[in-house]
Amino acid sequence: MAGEAERRLRDRLARLKNVPLLGGTRLDAEAKRLEKQLADLEAQPSDDEIWRSVELARHSERPYTLDYVSRMLDDWVELHGDRGRADDGAMVAGLGSLDGRTVVLVGMQKGRDIQERTKRQFGMPYPEGYRKAMRAMELADRHGFPVVSLVDTPGAYPGVAAEQHGQGGAIAASQSLMARLEVPIVACVIGEGGSGGAIAIALADRVLMQENAIYSVISPEGCAAILWRDAGEARKAAAAFKPDAAHCLELGVVDGIVPEPAGGAQNDWKEAARLLKQSLLDALNDVAGLPGDELVRRRREKFRSMGVFA
Amino acid sequence: MTDTRIDVSIEQKGPPASGEETRKHPNTCPSCGSHYRDDELDAQLGVCPQCGHHFPVGARERIEQLADPATFAEEESGLRSSDPLGFFDLRPYTERLAEAELKTGEGDAIVVGRAHIAGVSCQLAVMDFGFMGGSMGSVVGEKFARACDAAAERGLPLVSVTSSGGARMQEGILSLMQLPKTVCAVEDLHDARCALINVFAHPTTAGVLASFASLGDITVAEPGALISFTGPRVVQQTTREKLPDDFGLAESNLRFGHLDAIVPRSGLRTYLARVLRLFANGG
Repeated sequence: MAGEAERRLRDRLARLKNVPLLGGTRLDAEAKRLEKQLADLEAQPSDDEIWRSVELARHSERPYTLDYVSRMLDDWVELHGDRGRADDGAMVAGLGSLDGRTVVLVGMQKGRDIQERTKRQFGMPYPEGYRKAMRAMELADRHGFPVVSLVDTPGAYPGVAAEQHGQGGAIAASQSLMARLEVPIVACVIGEGGSGGAIAIALADRVLMQENAIYSVISPEGCAAILWRDAGEARKAAAAFKPDAAHCLELGVVDGIVPEPAGGAQNDWKEAARLLKQSLLDALNDVAGLPGDELVRRRREKFRSMGVFA
Repeated sequence: MTDTRIDVSIEQKGPPASGEETRKHPNTCPSCGSHYRDDELDAQLGVCPQCGHHFPVGARERIEQLADPATFAEEESGLRSSDPLGFFDLRPYTERLAEAELKTGEGDAIVVGRAHIAGVSCQLAVMDFGFMGGSMGSVVGEKFARACDAAAERGLPLVSVTSSGGARMQEGILSLMQLPKTVCAVEDLHDARCALINVFAHPTTAGVLASFASLGDITVAEPGALISFTGPRVVQQTTREKLPDDFGLAESNLRFGHLDAIVPRSGLRTYLARVLRLFANGG
């Protein structure tokens, strides 16, 4: 099935071509632009494939952060609390041993059953969660441990208390800290990379994405509700803003795609963890040996070059 | 003639009239109902003399209010959004861009340049909510980052006035990347020991609040400005929580410790000048 986007492009192109009297240069350029977009569309994941990623990224059997922790790390000491106010269940942080070296791992955690989901706030951190991650990353910086960040959140928690405790400021502060850390940072989106809530812990030297993860500025439902005025148009919205790994790689937002077992990570957690561990180690080796100030310089340069404009 | 009725259903199609379409005249105060001529409102800096409501002001008008006459030199005005995703929702992104430029006369949702405020030299970055809701896409991110660089290079403080609904959805994930991008630019600015002074104008939400705007050395807001990561409607719809009357407003943010001060527009220029002088005379 041709995507809605493609159909509309074809329509517009057909209409343009049927206006011979107006065939000035501007119209010509427009037609060329549409043709290029069509060619791009055909080479890229279809709307259905994008939606399949959205579904797999949210699959209820998909491994979560702690499932990877227990399969990837030889030792794990979880740390609790932000040292200010609370211990946010939606964010986990701790010290672990990855292939013989000590790392600090931070990541969002979703719940499997209804009790755990409530306790973990569906993986949506409060500001306290980001401050807990920051505390752990500061520890890493002090002692020279690399940071591994696993991103899996629909977004930062959208509640009254979260706002009162400074949600926006906490997300900004976490990024600001990561822009200063003099230790290697590798992040991987392992499920949903939802907006500001995700980027808060994803300002890394290497950013990876699992094959069926999504990374986006807004949820498909949120985008549909605003731009289509109908949350039911989520499929169309996802097709339009392209949150899948292939598009993120193409746009230069992520550095690599981590393969998943056939059919998705939910089918074989052990294999998914093995593949993720391998990619994390490769990425860490990639930046190993660089002095702290050089890491910081390159990390900032990487993010400062993002964007497309004329 | 079996049916003489005229079908008028077409006239009722489309989205139901939203608040935006039924809203009063832009010069009518939404808070007390007083109405003003353009020149009256301009003379009051867009503040209702009856009740103190702060009307929104565009980027140019804001710069005029803050900068010493004829000192503002705009920079980076040539940058324009391209359409990296070929995005269209109900309309193509390119069409929305063109319309916003026609409406505001600006190339994108931020204006940057060099200026003097009460004789003190600084770099200015002022957002325009009228341009697609002040949303931050690649151009806003790049212009802000270049403003940081220009300030660092000249050893000047950067004064930014934010007014934004958040990241620009039409640029997809690239708009999200403007958060870390502007954060990194502020880090570079701070490494050069230059100050960032941020003024939250109504509304400053989502992606802009969760990036550079929250990293000011000094952070103030205009009275009544909405400053929240998630807007009140979304919080209400997702959590079904009862919202406090002052949810997310500047006054509430001050109480919870997220602001240094609430500064009415009439005193903003003086406040900035004082702060700029203190930074200029130290270090």
